[in-house]
Amino acid sequence: MCLAIPMKIIKIEDNLATAEISGAKYKANIDLVPDVKIGEYIIVHAGFAIEKLDEESAMETLRIWQDVADFHDNREKR
Amino acid sequence: MTIEKSDSMNYIEEYRDSKITRAILQEIFRHNKFINTNYMEICGGHTVAIFKHGLRDTLPANIKLLSGPGCPVCVTDISFIDEAIELAKKKNVIIATFGDMLRVPGSYSSLMKEKSTGADIRICYSAMDSLKIAENNPDKEVVFIGVGFETTAPAIGVTIKTAKQKRLQNFSVLSSHKTMPNAIRALLDADEVAINGFICPGHVSAITGTTMYDFVAKEYNIPCVISGFEPSDILETILMLMKQTNTGEAKVENQYTRGVKKEGNLKALEILNDVFVPIDIKWRGIGLIPSSGLGISRRYSEFDTRKKIKIDLPLPKEISGCICGEIMRGVKTPKDCTLFAKVCNPENPQGACMVSAEGSCGTYYRYMPDMKK
Ligand code: SF4
Repeated sequence: MCLAIPMKIIKIEDNLATAEISGAKYKANIDLVPDVKIGEYIIVHAGFAIEKLDEESAMETLRIWQDVADFHDNREKR
Repeated sequence: MTIEKSDSMNYIEEYRDSKITRAILQEIFRHNKFINTNYMEICGGHTVAIFKHGLRDTLPANIKLLSGPGCPVCVTDISFIDEAIELAKKKNVIIATFGDMLRVPGSYSSLMKEKSTGADIRICYSAMDSLKIAENNPDKEVVFIGVGFETTAPAIGVTIKTAKQKRLQNFSVLSSHKTMPNAIRALLDADEVAINGFICPGHVSAITGTTMYDFVAKEYNIPCVISGFEPSDILETILMLMKQTNTGEAKVENQYTRGVKKEGNLKALEILNDVFVPIDIKWRGIGLIPSSGLGISRRYSEFDTRKKIKIDLPLPKEISGCICGEIMRGVKTPKDCTLFAKVCNPENPQGACMVSAEGSCGTYYRYMPDMKK
């Protein structure tokens, strides 16, 4: 029950969002994250969106990792 | 190389890129000082991810991962299961519950057994489903079985607030919700196992924020890193913990910045603090921990099952041979249980740790085929 997964919001009706993951659709109550918009990613836990994923932080993490990967690539080439 | 968000980004695949995980692993080996180190993952979700992606086997041999008390079903005391079972036996009661609770053995029965002998037990995907059941069954009392940590409690809070708005008279929650900080304190004070760092739960922290673990770093001098759930997340968290271990530092860091804000989810915290109050509660295997549970606040007492229905409990009887409690304290692993895969399996679970998808025994059973021999 504690498995919370990121899903993309494709529809919002009142306090109910329809969110999607690999083609499967789920309903999620958005009372805990009232300012979410269509296209954003939410973490859904037991039928409720508990937080939305921050795109900028996500990109930042991926960028740092890419640098680490590049660093090791170059080390191996040397 | 610049990274831009693409339409195909889904917040999962990007964090499983083998090139990235390999690079982080190389960093882990580069920073390894070959000191024996125990890091505990508190959250059951992390335990599952670690096994599913085989992360334990990829780490240097001196770095051990221990599983902690972070599976909500597993830490639920047997007396609470007994309480739910007694309620299920009552003629005018409908039990609404998450599916995980069904097969958890109580002292003498389980909700599953009660269901098979005629008790009205309904499985809910969301707690909100239980309100519909209450509306459709006005002459029955619908009792929602409330288990879960800070991640789940706000959702139950929303459900109770909605019930109040709808003026539902036949709905209540049997709350066994729990909070993390004092359980971590109890674990550390028991001092049964050396813990050199905590992999802190990402989704509990999404609600509570990051300051909740400050006391662990300050008072116990143990590094804490809040982690996401993908392989690269967990490996990066281990790397961050190692860097702290190597310098002798102890601070709280947040690896899961895309999901966890320093202040947490303020809206969820507001609801949690409105609907619930801290209470002392029993944890399976650990015992009574002061202020580690959530009872329903006086403002919403008409939705507190214990205030509405008198429940006579049988004397609790622990399951003989089951060592779930020690496993949750990180003292033993499922490998130490003589019942594992012999008498106890997911179809016929003897203890709560085998029932839940996030329980240690269930996870070992699913992802460690060698152990079943
Ligand atoms: S294998 Fe079964 S009996 Fe043994 S500790 Fe785990 S749940 Fe309990």
